[in-house]
Parts: sequence; structure tokens; C-alpha cells
Amino acid sequence: MRRLAFAGRRLALAVPVLFGVAVLNFFLIHLAPGDPASVMAGEGGSATPEYMDMLRHKFGLDQSLPLQFWHYIVNIVQLDLGYSFRNDETVLSLILDRLWPTLLLMVTAFILSVVCGTLLGLLAGTRRNSPRDGIISVLALLASATPTFWLGLMLIVLFSIRLGWLPTSGLETIGAFNEGWAYVVDVARHLILPALSLAMFYLALYVRVMRASVVEQTRQDYVTTARAKGQSERGIVFGHILRNALLPVVTMAGVQAGNLIGGSVIVEAVFGWPGIGTLAFSALQGRDLNLLLGIFIVSACVVVVLNLMVDLAYGILDPRVEL
Amino acid sequence: MSLLSRFARNRLAVVGALALLLVLVMALAAPLLYPAGAFALVGPPTQPPGGTFPLGTDTLGRDVAAGIVWGARTSLIVSVAATLGAVVLGVLTGAFAGYYRGITDTAIMRVTEFFQTIPSFILAILLVAVLSPAVTSEILAIAVVSWPGIARLVRGEFASLGGREFVLATAGLGAGDARIVFRHILPNCASPLVAVGSLLVASAILFESGLSFLGLGDPNLMSWGLMISAGREVLRSAWWICTFPGIAILATVLSINLVGDGLNEAFNPGLRDR
Repeated sequence: MRRLAFAGRRLALAVPVLFGVAVLNFFLIHLAPGDPASVMAGEGGSATPEYMDMLRHKFGLDQSLPLQFWHYIVNIVQLDLGYSFRNDETVLSLILDRLWPTLLLMVTAFILSVVCGTLLGLLAGTRRNSPRDGIISVLALLASATPTFWLGLMLIVLFSIRLGWLPTSGLETIGAFNEGWAYVVDVARHLILPALSLAMFYLALYVRVMRASVVEQTRQDYVTTARAKGQSERGIVFGHILRNALLPVVTMAGVQAGNLIGGSVIVEAVFGWPGIGTLAFSALQGRDLNLLLGIFIVSACVVVVLNLMVDLAYGILDPRVEL
Repeated sequence: MSLLSRFARNRLAVVGALALLLVLVMALAAPLLYPAGAFALVGPPTQPPGGTFPLGTDTLGRDVAAGIVWGARTSLIVSVAATLGAVVLGVLTGAFAGYYRGITDTAIMRVTEFFQTIPSFILAILLVAVLSPAVTSEILAIAVVSWPGIARLVRGEFASLGGREFVLATAGLGAGDARIVFRHILPNCASPLVAVGSLLVASAILFESGLSFLGLGDPNLMSWGLMISAGREVLRSAWWICTFPGIAILATVLSINLVGDGLNEAFNPGLRDR
């Protein structure tokens, strides 16, 4: 029950964030060269004059700026993000159609990076300055300097073109019409390379944080006490150090949620993954600014939800934290 | 022990500094090395590495090596300018928040948290798309999404230094707020600022390459991201067009990270045994 109340309070905190995004969007619409109506109509010239007039009326573009802003907010609250002429669909339904592949990619990359990152960080931190630590640390250093999109392309060259093990792009094999398990396996095979490219940078980050955190915890008095009691090294690491050392990683993971969705835009563009990243990429090429603004709002919502989940996880790991 | 010798104790940081120096020289010497520029058609298309073109040519017959050298210029200009912008913005807001505390502090920190929560890459894409792809828009966009870290750092430093005796003494001597902030407190934050700022340059390079990969770079300037995006169509047949610019990004970012870590250690000797 307390956890539920906490979730409610955290969700209430999301309101200012979304309001801020709306303010930013409104500012960007007016920053763009030309008539705001043509910005909101999307691709220059493809909207009908009637639609443009309708937009001018709906957003009160002949009225003062505060009134215009009010109209804009009202529309967003009513989940009306506008219409994309290029795609002949409302912006909201376009984004919602593409949301689940992005969520699948993000969540897979998130779990992959957190689990592998903490594991490798633990392996490195418990044997500081050993060859094992050296290898892991150097790999983490390399991975944190590699641009995601380039890593994706190189993985395609290796695993798809040279070895022919995995598909190069898309979410599923076109025309295969797989069902049941065959479909799941097919999607999973398509997911491996994009998820790996997206996860690698964050994985490296968590390795570094976890390693430092493990080293820090190893010096605490409670570890000395546990050792004095005669507890095995394995028991000390898994029974005492692990849980405490995880906290900075979880904090970091929460901070990175926003970056993860940004990274997925670029990874999707590389792999033709049919999520909101590919949608953003095509909106960019068609100069469909309104669609981009909608994507910005929806992705901010996703980040808020992810942050909430991370906070809940933090509370479970560390009961001392007041929820 | 002097700062330089403490920095030199970290071998990796020295290697990074040397590599970075090489990139810098390359960027400065671009007009001498390849006076025709990076867009000049100099040979047959998709020529494999070796011979006249050590790194091969791209699909239009442009020298990949020339692209790497001119791209270094673009990368460094954009990332250094964006970092400077972020540092100025972050120092001003952070100093305000940390020095005046109270409601100013709360308000500024809320805005900072907001900018750290929202998907920064998507905001950067939007900013460049709205402002039209150009070097200045890229710099602005990267600065806008990078300042919050600096602001938090500076605020923390100001909050802890604000009550120290030397600050009280200067205030007692009748110094104004601006003088106390810029002459007395800010210089004391210099070392963490330099360390964090240098790491910010690395992330700005990654940001810039991502933006130009998506076609948001300046169309008149060669950049590593642009080269990779142009080469992806022929990934199957001409691997070198994508591969070398990527290695250039990796090497530059890596060396900046190494230098940043080295600086951090040199400024805080205690960190080394961690």
C-alpha cells in the first residue's frame, strides 16, 4: 500500500516534467522559421489550405502568445498531437503503433546492460588490479568510446554479412508469417544485434560504476567484521557487498533512462527497427516537425515511467530509503 | 609533486594526451595535407585501401583519408565550442544557485533536473531540425543538452565554499557579489571543472557524430558521422568507407576520456588508490 502511494506521488511529479516538455515544444514551434501553422501541419506544402485554417483557428494563432500556449496545452492534455499528412494518420496513433518495438528494444538493452554491467563490474572489483580486472576495465574503456551506430554497422558486417548468422534489419522476416514460438524466435533473432549495440555503451558505464562501488564497499567495516566472523569470501561478496554496491548502479540506471531512448533512435535508424526511432528518422527526412514534437512528448512519458520503476527497485534494494 | 608529474604517473593518460595531440595536429594541418578539401573527387570510386589512397576512396571517388583529416577539424570545433557553451551556461546557473541558495537554488535545480530527465538526444535532434542543419545549430543543441552536469557540479562547489572563512573575509572587506563569485570562489572550482569539462568534450564528439550520421550536420563541412552514413549503403562491398571514420571517432573519444581520467586523478591524488 505504501508502495502504491509512493507510485502515485511520483506520478504526480511527472506532471511538471511533461508541462516542461510542452513549454519546450511550444517554444520550438515558434523558433522555427515561418508560420507556426505550417510547422504544425508538418511537411511544407502537403497540408490542405483548409487544414491550415483549421489549425490557425484551433491554436488561436491570431491571438496573444499566452492564449496560444493555453490552446496548445489543452490540445496536448486531450491527447491531440495533431495529424501527419505525410503518413496520413494522427500523430498519436502513428507513435503508439511504433511504441512497442521501441519498448522491446529499450527494455532488452536496459536489462542486458544492467545485468552484464554489474556482473562484470563485480568480477573486476573483487579482484582489483588482477589481469581479470585489467581485461574487463580495458574493454569497458573501449566500449564507452564507441559510437553506437558505428558499432551496429560493424556488428552487421561481422554477424550478418561475413558469418550470416543473424538478420541485418527489421523486426521479423518479411513474408514468413511465423506464428507462436516461431514468431518469438524470429523476433528474438532480429533483436540481438540492435539490443547489443544499444546496450554496449551503458554496459561499459555500469561496469565502471559497479567496479568503483565494489572497491569502495570492500573497505567498509562490515566486511572486516564478516571476515573476522570467518565467513567465506563468496558469502561476503554475495551476502554483503553485492546489495550495497548495487545502489549507485541503480541510481545511474535511472539517470540513463532518458539517454537510452535517445540512443534507440539512432540504433533503430541503423537496423531499420520499426519503432519510434525509425519514425523520427523518417519525420526528419520529410521535415515533419510536428511528428518529431509528438515523439518528444511521448518519449518523455516513457522516461518518466522508467524512472518510476527504477525508484521502486531502489526501494526494494535499500529498505532504509523512505518511499 | 607538481600537477604535471602527477598526471605523467598515469601511463594511459599520457598515451591519451599524445594521441589527442596527433588528432589536433591533423585537424590544424588539414588545409596543408589536403588543400583540395574533403569533398574533392580525386580518384575512381570505391577504391580499396592501399596505393595512392591509403584508406581508399568512397562511393563518389573522394579520398577517405582527406575526409578523416577534415572531419577531425569539424569534430573538434563543434565539440570544444559546445563544451565551452555548456560550461559558461552551467557555471552561471550553478554559481547563482549555489551562492544565493533559497528559492533561486530550488528553481534552478528543478530546471536542471528537468533537463537531465528528458531524452536529451531527441531534444538535440529537434533543435537542429528547427534551426536548420548548420555548425552553429549543432553547437547550440549540444550545449543545451550538456550544461546540467556542470551546473550541478558548480552548485555543489559553491554551496560548500560559500561559508568558508576566505569568502566571509572578502565579503567583510566590502567586496561585491560578482567579485566574490568570479574572483574568489570560481577559481577554487577550476580543477573539477577542467576534469568534468574534458570528459564533456568526449561526449560532445559522440553527440556530434550521431547528429551528422542522421543527416543533421553542416552540409558544407565533412564530418565523421556523415562519412559513416554515406558509406552504409555499400557496407557489403566497401567496408573501409564506414570503418575508418568510426575508428577515428573511437580513438579520439578514448584518448579524451583517458586524459580526463588522468586530470581527475592528478587533481585528486586520493582517487588513485580507489
